Amino acid sequence: MGSTAAEVTTEHIHSLAQGIRKRVLQHTLTNNGGYMSQACSAAELLSTLYADILHLPPVSAPLLPEAFAGTPAPGGINRQTGAIFHGGVSAEHDRLIVSPAHYALVVYAALIEMGRLDENALDSFNKDGSTVEMIGAEHSPGFETTTGSLAQALSHAIGIALARRTKKDSGKTWVFMSDGEFQEGQTWEALHAANHYSLDSLRIIVDVNRAQVDGPMDSVMVIEPLEEKIANFGWDVRKVDGHDIDAIRLAGNDSSSRPMAILCYTDPSRGLPILQERYPVLHYLRFKSSDEQAQYQAAYEEMSR
Amino acid sequence: MSFEIVARPHQDNFLQWAADKPEVVVLSADLTNSCEVGVFRDAYPDRFYSMGMAEQNMLSVAAGMAREGLEPWLHTFSVFLYRRPLDQLQMSMAYPALPVRLVGFLPGITTPGGVTHQAIEDIAVLRAVPNMTILEVGDATEVESVIDVAHTIDGPVYIRQLRGEVSRIFPKEEPMVLNSARKLSSGTDVALMTSGIMTEEALRALPLITQRGVSVDHLHISTLKPFTDPAVLESMSRVSKGVITMENHSIVGGLGSAVAEVMAENGVGAKLSRIGIPDTYAHGASQKYLMAELGLDARALVTRVEQAVGESLNITDEELTEARIVDVHSSAKAEAL
Repeated sequence: MGSTAAEVTTEHIHSLAQGIRKRVLQHTLTNNGGYMSQACSAAELLSTLYADILHLPPVSAPLLPEAFAGTPAPGGINRQTGAIFHGGVSAEHDRLIVSPAHYALVVYAALIEMGRLDENALDSFNKDGSTVEMIGAEHSPGFETTTGSLAQALSHAIGIALARRTKKDSGKTWVFMSDGEFQEGQTWEALHAANHYSLDSLRIIVDVNRAQVDGPMDSVMVIEPLEEKIANFGWDVRKVDGHDIDAIRLAGNDSSSRPMAILCYTDPSRGLPILQERYPVLHYLRFKSSDEQAQYQAAYEEMSR
Repeated sequence: MSFEIVARPHQDNFLQWAADKPEVVVLSADLTNSCEVGVFRDAYPDRFYSMGMAEQNMLSVAAGMAREGLEPWLHTFSVFLYRRPLDQLQMSMAYPALPVRLVGFLPGITTPGGVTHQAIEDIAVLRAVPNMTILEVGDATEVESVIDVAHTIDGPVYIRQLRGEVSRIFPKEEPMVLNSARKLSSGTDVALMTSGIMTEEALRALPLITQRGVSVDHLHISTLKPFTDPAVLESMSRVSKGVITMENHSIVGGLGSAVAEVMAENGVGAKLSRIGIPDTYAHGASQKYLMAELGLDARALVTRVEQAVGESLNITDEELTEARIVDVHSSAKAEAL
């Protein structure tokens, strides 16, 4: 919360990442279900992004998630968004648009680790009347736009960044994406547009965990070589080990005269090796037996030491 | 029945209108001159965004802009605003109720571009989308004033817009008003509700129908959603021989369906006759040809009125004034589409 780059150590970010895994695993154990592999793959990416790379306005204290107020309607009704957990919006600060809305549990856990969201917020996860929804939408903590139909967030961010350019905002506009979204045609339309408008204030950071609902991406629809493809669309592309905090920091804090994509290659079982037994279907963890649940409970206790 | 013809009423009107509105930006998907915003692009290059042939991205980008206080006016053919990018329209724009303006050209069978270019079910689709406002213009006065109506709505608006050579049916000093039908004649036999280009077509036949002694209560409808104008119920409650709707759209889900809902919900016991595209796709042909083929023309209206009143009106083809059909190669259009 409000930390500056100079104050943040790699060790601290590492502890935030472990905290994300732990919170998501704890929640998964309690509820017999959760997006666990996404926490394992994106923990370092999100903790580094929030703790070091993004310049977000601070929040004075962890915010309680609000009850769902109703769907938006013309006239500005119910148009408030989860951006308040990012400290709201201002000209000089960065913005983060979360694209893979099914990572919501992981994003909420990251916000709790950052002291931006109340530590008990996951108690209302997927509960009726709550904004802490299973698939985040724009009223959910950390979400600014509604992105559960994947691959629209990058376009939203381009519109936001183009408008911010007209207002001469100095802050950057970031998008957190998942690699599966590169199977959607709209992503490539958006990559064209960002290059056409030389949107140097735009950054995407991608969890390339090479896993999707049906299994390994290479078996569902190959998207590689991603680095070359995005580079050929005119972007500045950085390919890093998505669990190497220093590598993510280096790329994320670099400047560029072009829109930049940081591809974080990750392991969807990192920090929780027992998940490998479920390979290749990792998208959602629901325990098949009480024995399996006990094994994950043991892993949680190991993680807590 | 003849009217003043206005060439490209949207082009200069929109340009002048936008002059003192710096928040108004135009997004275009490679149909800039076809949608009469080439002059806007040249006058305000910093407020014009060429988005290429990539409508899914264009709609979502516009949503992002609207969140930041800009008022994006998307100009392209109707089919490329609601049919191809419907998920983006709904999730990026309609759910958050953002003030994005979708200016859709070539409504219904106004284009010989065939099935790919003919927006025949756009009203049906978009009436089912929450938070939408749907407007349709019927003449040059409405082409000019629809932008004021849309501008006042803090939410997404879809406009069925006309271009090229457009008749001026309504006085310039009587602009379009949101959710307010224009009363074109009062009568007690048949209630007639027309929209878009169908109003001009109906006006070809109505003097003859009236002359034969049929009293028609005629409303021109320019707001398809919301559809709560009390004038509609008043009109249908006043007549004894039925209600007729006439639209340049499928008979499923458009004006005729909206009127049917009002009738049913209010217990209006009358027969409804829907003139429109009879649940079929069209094809590439002239407007005049398609209107006759699909039963959308003045003759079709005469037939439906005859069915309603139960007698022949003996109106000959010669009596029905010649349709004003714009030449496909009119110089008021950027191309023949």
